[in-house]
Amino acid sequence: MPEENSEIISVAPDGKPPKQQPAWRKDFPLDWPEDEYRSRRGFVAFLMLTSAAFLAGQFWILLIQARRKAGAQPSVKEIASVAELTVGQSKLFEYPNPGNHCILIRLSETNFVAYGQKCSHLSCPVLPRPDLGRMHCPCHDGWFDIRTGEPVAGPPRRPLPRVGLEVRDGKVFANGYVEGVI
Amino acid sequence: MRLTQFARKQRVTIIAGIAAFQTIIVLLQLWLFTATMETFLAGHQETELPAALASLVCFALNGGLFFYLRGLER
Repeated sequence: MPEENSEIISVAPDGKPPKQQPAWRKDFPLDWPEDEYRSRRGFVAFLMLTSAAFLAGQFWILLIQARRKAGAQPSVKEIASVAELTVGQSKLFEYPNPGNHCILIRLSETNFVAYGQKCSHLSCPVLPRPDLGRMHCPCHDGWFDIRTGEPVAGPPRRPLPRVGLEVRDGKVFANGYVEGVI
Repeated sequence: MRLTQFARKQRVTIIAGIAAFQTIIVLLQLWLFTATMETFLAGHQETELPAALASLVCFALNGGLFFYLRGLER
C-alpha cells in the first residue's frame, strides 16, 4: 500500500540500519519526506534566530533611549552673535559635539531657529531657502518648513531635529534639543 | 505524543504548520522593529517599551513552538 510504502526508509549505502548510521546522515537523508522534514526544521531554527535578532534590536533601542534619558542635556554653547546674521542669513555650527553639524537661521529681527543639518530621510545635508520659507534637501528633493522643521514635501516623513536656542546679551546660545536626534 | 509516532508525511505537515506560524510572528516582529525605529528617530519615546514587550511575547511564542517541536522529536 502506498501509505505503508512511504514509511519504508531507504537503506543507506553502507547497508547498516538507521540507528548505526553516523550523526551527519540525519542532515542528508535519502528519502523525500525525511529530506523535507529536515529542510523545514532548518528553516524553523533560522526563524528562531531571526526572532531573537529582532528582539535584541528592540532592546537595543530601549537601551539607547535609557542612556539618552540618563545623560544630561547638552551644555549651553555660544554659537553666534546677533549682529553676525542679517534676516534670512544662516550659519553652520557644530553642536553638541564636533561633527554634529547644525544650521542656525535668522527668520526675523527677533526670531532664530536652528536644526540638525542631516535630512531625516537619508541624512543628506539640508540647505535653508528662507526666500521660500523652507529647508531643502537636494538629494531627493525633500522640503521642510523653515519655521517648524516639519516635512512638507518629498520623501522625508520626520521633522528635522531642532536645537533649542536662547538669545541674550546680543549672543545666540544653543541649549539642548527641542525635538529629534541630531 | 512523540513526533516519531506520526507518519513521516504527517511530520512534514506539522513542521510546515509551525514554520508558517513562526513566519507570521517574525513578520510581526519586523513590523514592530521598523515602526519603533521610525518613532525613535523622530524623537518620540512612548512606543519603545510596549513594542519591546510585544516583541518579547512574539519571541516567547516562537520559542514555545520551537521547544514544542523539540519535545515531539524526543
